Amino acid sequence: MELLSGAEMVVRALRDEGVKFIYGYPGGALLHVYDAIFQQDEVEHILVRHEQAATHMADAYARATGKAGVALVTSGPGATNAVTGIATAYMDSIPMVVITGQVMSHLIGEDAFQETDMIGISRPIVKHNFSVRSVEEIPEIIRKAFHIAETGRPGPVVVDIPKDMTNPTDRFPYVFPKQVKLRSYNPVTKGHSGQIKKAFDLLMSAKRPIIYTGGGVIMGDASEELTELARALNYPVTNTLMGLGGYPGTDPLFVGMLGMHGSYEANMVMHHSDLILAIGARFDDRVTNGVDKFCPTAKIVHIDVDPASISKTIRADVPIVGPAKAVLEEMLQLLKASKKTPDQEANKTWWAQINEWRTRHGGHFRTDDSEKMKPQQVIEMLSKVTGGDAYICSDVGQHQMFAAQYYKFNKPNRWINSGGLGTMGFGLPAAMGVKMNFPDADVACVTGEGSIQMNIQELSTCNQYNIPVKIICLNNGSLGMVRQWQDMNYESRHSQSYMESLPDFIKLAEAYGHVGIKVDKYSDLEAAMVKAFAMKDRLVFMDITVDPHEHVYPMQVPRGSMRDMWLSKTERT
Amino acid sequence: MRHIISVLLENEPGALSRVVGLFSQRNFNIESLTVAPTDDETLSRLTVTTVGDDRVVEQITKQLNKLIDVVKVVDLTEGEHIERELMMIKFKAAGAFRAEVKRTADIFRGQIIDITPNTYTVQLVGSSAKLDAFIDALGTASIMEVVRSGVSGIARGEKVLSL
Ligand SMILES: Cc1cc2nc3c(=O)[nH]c(=O)nc-3n(C[C@H](O)[C@H](O)[C@H](O)COP(=O)(O)OP(=O)(O)OC[C@H]3O[C@@H](n4cnc5c(N)ncnc54)[C@H](O)[C@@H]3O)c2cc1C
Ligand SMILES: Cc1ncc(C[n+]2csc(CCOP(=O)(O)OP(=O)(O)O)c2C)c(N)n1
Ligand SMILES: [Mg+2]
Repeated sequence: MELLSGAEMVVRALRDEGVKFIYGYPGGALLHVYDAIFQQDEVEHILVRHEQAATHMADAYARATGKAGVALVTSGPGATNAVTGIATAYMDSIPMVVITGQVMSHLIGEDAFQETDMIGISRPIVKHNFSVRSVEEIPEIIRKAFHIAETGRPGPVVVDIPKDMTNPTDRFPYVFPKQVKLRSYNPVTKGHSGQIKKAFDLLMSAKRPIIYTGGGVIMGDASEELTELARALNYPVTNTLMGLGGYPGTDPLFVGMLGMHGSYEANMVMHHSDLILAIGARFDDRVTNGVDKFCPTAKIVHIDVDPASISKTIRADVPIVGPAKAVLEEMLQLLKASKKTPDQEANKTWWAQINEWRTRHGGHFRTDDSEKMKPQQVIEMLSKVTGGDAYICSDVGQHQMFAAQYYKFNKPNRWINSGGLGTMGFGLPAAMGVKMNFPDADVACVTGEGSIQMNIQELSTCNQYNIPVKIICLNNGSLGMVRQWQDMNYESRHSQSYMESLPDFIKLAEAYGHVGIKVDKYSDLEAAMVKAFAMKDRLVFMDITVDPHEHVYPMQVPRGSMRDMWLSKTERT
Repeated sequence: MRHIISVLLENEPGALSRVVGLFSQRNFNIESLTVAPTDDETLSRLTVTTVGDDRVVEQITKQLNKLIDVVKVVDLTEGEHIERELMMIKFKAAGAFRAEVKRTADIFRGQIIDITPNTYTVQLVGSSAKLDAFIDALGTASIMEVVRSGVSGIARGEKVLSL
């Protein structure tokens, strides 16, 4: 049997997991591992400029493919720099394996150089973490880490490896386990048939149904089944921010995103429904608004692979614990075998009502006489220029909401954003992680002049590895989302929400070896964007000046019900 | 309502901190916590008493079950069960009060486990409510020190919590 050092085992086990890229940054505790990386060419290491970016790259790879991404960071500051990225993945239930270097075993606990208790620090933001205690267990721990990260409700897993566990002279037999058994971890693989039948009966007798789906449909690869079911029933569908693309965005049954910045019709449909079929969505506070006023006439069927998501904030009438795909398959079978059909009359009436809501607030944003470009127009143009088929990786703020509202996602895994943690700085590294793995696809980073500066150093990584993403910076010269809240709740006292001394992004992009294009007028936008996307092998930074006064609407009125919304600066439901 | 939740936990370093961390992270309340090895050396048994409405307790058991190191969870208060807690309590005991401590300890079936001219140390086993009642009966004025083990519990009858 082959004898390998711990360092070689780490790299070999990643290879045996089928890992192509790892994103990372070296340091003392990882030098043995980096030496092992140097001596092989099956696993390629991408050197970022800040560890946070490594985690977002790994995370975005996972969001686009469903498979765990891998980040590698050294002990101490390397590991703590990764914390935001781990938390980002955790909040959105994204599979990821983060390998952190650690000081030598005998130094742990002694405040050694670059020691931090990464097991303790990461505990509340991981699905699980491991600390390596003997070299021989490395392959098994790595296999377990992937298994845990990718199955059930996905999530990040940290593997902390003390330096002495990777010593090149201590060599042991390498065995990569095909399977691992964890007696205390057995994620469900199918739903309870009795519960599914109950849910099915409710579904068939509903008069005002809505199908509300989230990130679980995306990560659970269930959008085909969802689409088939919704179409067979002719029921309306709404998606959470994390669920966009789970149902085709241009389909007539789709009523848009729901929640705080959801569409008028989606929130109205939810509020007036008599049955909510929730699939892989967690009734987040950005969705429900005031829980005591939430959808007063609705019965709730909730499908989720994690029992703890069910009845956490909103009590479910019919809980179904199971993977969305398997449960929906079973529902489709029931539908095919059943002689019942939904009440056609009720369905017609319901759609008439929904279509009325649609026309009442079909307008969304308005252009005014001022020359200023509206951010929404930029997203609509992006949708047009990319044929609605690009990977859109977003940062956090108003631009993120505009992208969610105005880019029509027809496929799952194409909308990549930080929803649960709302991490500014996510967008650029996320776009990089996607582009590296889908080199032929159009990959855009939709960002703001605030967010982009949180990981702008990665323009250097893009130069090193030639990662030609397109940066669509909606430059409103302010921390727009913060400013909006200040406009609405603090009498426009713009405390620290605008940025003087912004850099010249064009020169900055050029300094990093990329192309910069500035757009100030809407009439120039289309040509500029077409040109940017035509430069297939260049990173293009589009710095687009947009109206700084624009707000995101609709916006739910705090602590109200779902139907309580601001529709513009002056108009309320 | 008060609940006694029993947990079988992998006997792994760090496993306990995951449980304790979960409670503080999710703002669950802990009234008492005990943990010790079992007959199976790979497992520890942990008992936690907590107070919360049904929704909170449901979340507690679900979130505990999600921890990879947690093998099994049961809410003992859902069925017939026995709870016991051990208390050692040291009194300043002189004069007439000495006799009163002795008498009360007898009534509660406690034992005096240490004596000095000025102190009595009593050991008492029972439900938490019984231990509270003992303290109430003697008053807090003369108490020097109270050490309570926290609650352990076991289901009545044939029901067991095991692999
Ligand atoms: C500025 C800002 C504004 C926001 N505004 C909104 C808004 O207006 N509307 C909105 O919706 N969100 C909004 N969000 C996002 C919000 O914070 C939450 O992240 C989001 O609502 C959660 O989406 P989700 O319910 O789909 O759950 P996710 O976080 O995607 O969780 C997925 C759920 O599916 C389950 N699951 C996972 N895999 C499976 C599977 N295979 N089968 C079944 N279940 C599975 C998981 O257990 C979990 O319960 C906003 C965020 C930001 C930063
Ligand atoms: C790391 C981090 N810090 C602070 C915030 C709070 N926050 C949310 S949106 C926002 C403003 C974002 O500004 P910009 O990127 O310019 O986007 P805009 O809203 O202007 O489109 C801030 C500060 C956050 N989400 N993430
Ligand atoms: Mg901005």
